[in-house]
Amino acid sequence: MSTVAAGDHHDHPESPYSIKRWLFTTNHKDIGTLYLWFAFIMFLIGGVMALVIRTELFQPGLQFVDPQFFNSMTTMHAIMMIFGVVMPAFTGLANWLIPMMIGAPDMALPRMNNWSFWILPFAFAMMLSTLFMDGGGPAGGWTLYPPLTLQTGDALPFVILSMHFMGLSSIMGAINVVATVLNMRAPGMTLMKMPLFVWTWLITAYLLIAVMPVLAGGITMLLTDKYFGTSFFNAAGGGDPVMFQHIFWFFGHPEVYILILPSFGVVSSIIPTFARKPLFGYASMVYATGAIAFLSFIVWAHHMFTVGMPLAGELFFMFATMLIAVPTGVKVFNWIATMWRGSMTFETPMLFALGFIVMFSIGGFSGLMLALAPVDFQYHDTYFVVAHFHYVLVPGSIFAIIAAVYYWLPKWCGNMYSEGLGKTHFWLSTIFVNLTFFPMHFVGLAGMPRRIPDYALQFSDYNMMATIGAFGFGLSQLLFLVLVIKAIRSGKKATSQVWEDAEGLEWTLPSPAPYHSFSTPPAIK
Amino acid sequence: MFAIKRLNAWLGLAFISVVSGSAFAGQPINMPPGVTDISLEVYNMHMIAFWLCVVIAVVVFSAMFYSIFAHRKSRGVTPATFHESTTIEAIWTIIPFVVLIALSIPATKTLIDMYDTSDYDLTVKITGYQWLWHYEYVEDGVDFHSKLQTSLSQINNDEEKGENYLLEVDNELVIPVGKKVRFLITSNDVIHAWWVPDLAVKKDAVPGFINEAWTRVNEPGIYRGQCAELCGRHHGFMPVVVRAVPEAEYQQWVAANAKPESATEYAAISE
Repeated sequence: MSTVAAGDHHDHPESPYSIKRWLFTTNHKDIGTLYLWFAFIMFLIGGVMALVIRTELFQPGLQFVDPQFFNSMTTMHAIMMIFGVVMPAFTGLANWLIPMMIGAPDMALPRMNNWSFWILPFAFAMMLSTLFMDGGGPAGGWTLYPPLTLQTGDALPFVILSMHFMGLSSIMGAINVVATVLNMRAPGMTLMKMPLFVWTWLITAYLLIAVMPVLAGGITMLLTDKYFGTSFFNAAGGGDPVMFQHIFWFFGHPEVYILILPSFGVVSSIIPTFARKPLFGYASMVYATGAIAFLSFIVWAHHMFTVGMPLAGELFFMFATMLIAVPTGVKVFNWIATMWRGSMTFETPMLFALGFIVMFSIGGFSGLMLALAPVDFQYHDTYFVVAHFHYVLVPGSIFAIIAAVYYWLPKWCGNMYSEGLGKTHFWLSTIFVNLTFFPMHFVGLAGMPRRIPDYALQFSDYNMMATIGAFGFGLSQLLFLVLVIKAIRSGKKATSQVWEDAEGLEWTLPSPAPYHSFSTPPAIK
Repeated sequence: MFAIKRLNAWLGLAFISVVSGSAFAGQPINMPPGVTDISLEVYNMHMIAFWLCVVIAVVVFSAMFYSIFAHRKSRGVTPATFHESTTIEAIWTIIPFVVLIALSIPATKTLIDMYDTSDYDLTVKITGYQWLWHYEYVEDGVDFHSKLQTSLSQINNDEEKGENYLLEVDNELVIPVGKKVRFLITSNDVIHAWWVPDLAVKKDAVPGFINEAWTRVNEPGIYRGQCAELCGRHHGFMPVVVRAVPEAEYQQWVAANAKPESATEYAAISE
């Protein structure tokens, strides 16, 4: 390694603006940047799809789109946001931060890193192209339940192939994280000294490696059912449609934690910095993350309480699901204990982290209610569920990603962002996210099913409110784009410490961080 | 800078007024208690879980906001240095665990009741189609389809929408009050879900499989619901309407609608 380094490695890429630099880059920072911009573009596309949905739902009656297209919007919105936004954004953060946090020069497998990113634009181009195919895009929901999904037109094989690509990309990203964390830590950086972001990502990576192949198996069986005459999910041929749901959610529930665990890591980095006090209960945070990851494998059928499982199955999945509240509660309590008797300031990353704690907890509360199987019969497949998972994903995962960008942006580009604009972005986002998703609890409880393009008159007020909120939230994110571009081009120069009490190896590097993070291992206290 | 601060203050105010304003909008915002013993139990459990969450939220968020208010740098606080306490961490692991056990006991009891389909008085076989329902009264020999009655012109906004817009059907499912009605639920094509909130019955209709559910309605009336599982283009347009009537009226309705041959067929099979 060191012999190569002398000849080939430079402090900066030779031609920073050439296409070749970005196509062939094996640098963890370049790839991290690509992932993050890709996620933002997908965020805008998926966001426009959400606005199509909300526009149609502004008033009762069919006004703008055909119901079939509406269904493909709900399906595609979910696929874009889950596979195209949250997962790539976290992988981008992992790329940027993990080597800097553990004192490594780069990721362990740089060429695979390049490949795992460059699969994504092709996968999503293919996914989006299905909207223009005969029969339209996939419209059976992102959960792809057969037999409905098998009614998809020409789009189906393309949808499945592009999901295979996304899975491939995630698995490679995950292998890279595991290899990096286990092999590239600086001497003295023991596992229990790693920042929680690294810990949560390590556990997330194992979840990805465990469940993405399960999804791949399930969707391949869909493909053979449709084109090769098999009957895995066709009762008439001896198969079982519900079997697909078991396979899907065996992937799908750990997937839910894949989308949230790295957020826990981000928040656990930000809160101590701005409270000027070390993280409370570091060890229990690590164990709680492990416990959540373990439980995530044995709760999948709580997504299926109404499919007609035997009583014993219902009870098992209800109890196991309720248990998740314990380690999740530990995390929230630990964050508050970290703040307790600290000396807090409220810069934008801190605001987003605090917003995360409050609103993620609200999503957690509705999650606890949903866990109660007999009551879930009323909640299941209504807007109450839509409200629940948007609370944990938007002011949960997305807020954590935004908080991470504010927190580490000065380290990435060497400039500070505008604090005033950042705070405005926070308040606009918080107000509109609640205006969008809080009323969904109401219409869901009052009986509005999800995934419908038109609704009964008693749901009209809160739908109108949600639509107004959605447009406000969408537009507020453009402010974020402006702010980030401004910071990259012309912000106040950042010090290497950036935040006065931030701890961690990344703050020992200059801002912007050098092209290769740690060429010689740093000393660990 | 000052302008932005003032803008933020206004935004906060606007948020509070929107949230409090919503309480007066007059449309339903909660689960209906329904018209069966089970639906009432479900409603009560929902409210218990809700208030439990509210209490936890108030305690946790009060601690958080007190800390945000009191432990801030601008008040000249020097930060403490504590970062663990096994006792406290054990307490806030054990207390939620105990609360969860307390919550799971009534939930288990209700679930067992919901699964008990024995001792029924009559059986209705429900079959989902894209996009309508078929009802078959197994013992009484009545069967018919039930589909959306709202006119296309209402849906396309050419005509004013009626009171039961999208929640009205041509043939309602008629059941007797006070009798235990067992539903056998299946589908002919894709997966649907038969749901009536007032009965707290929601069960998937899966092709090739038969699911069971039951209800015993306490009050006569018309109860409306919808298909709850995405089933394609017109998923939003396949409502469920149940009309619960007194026993005598039900018998008259059966007499007027029965196709005797199918009832005898069932009797022959069951002997």
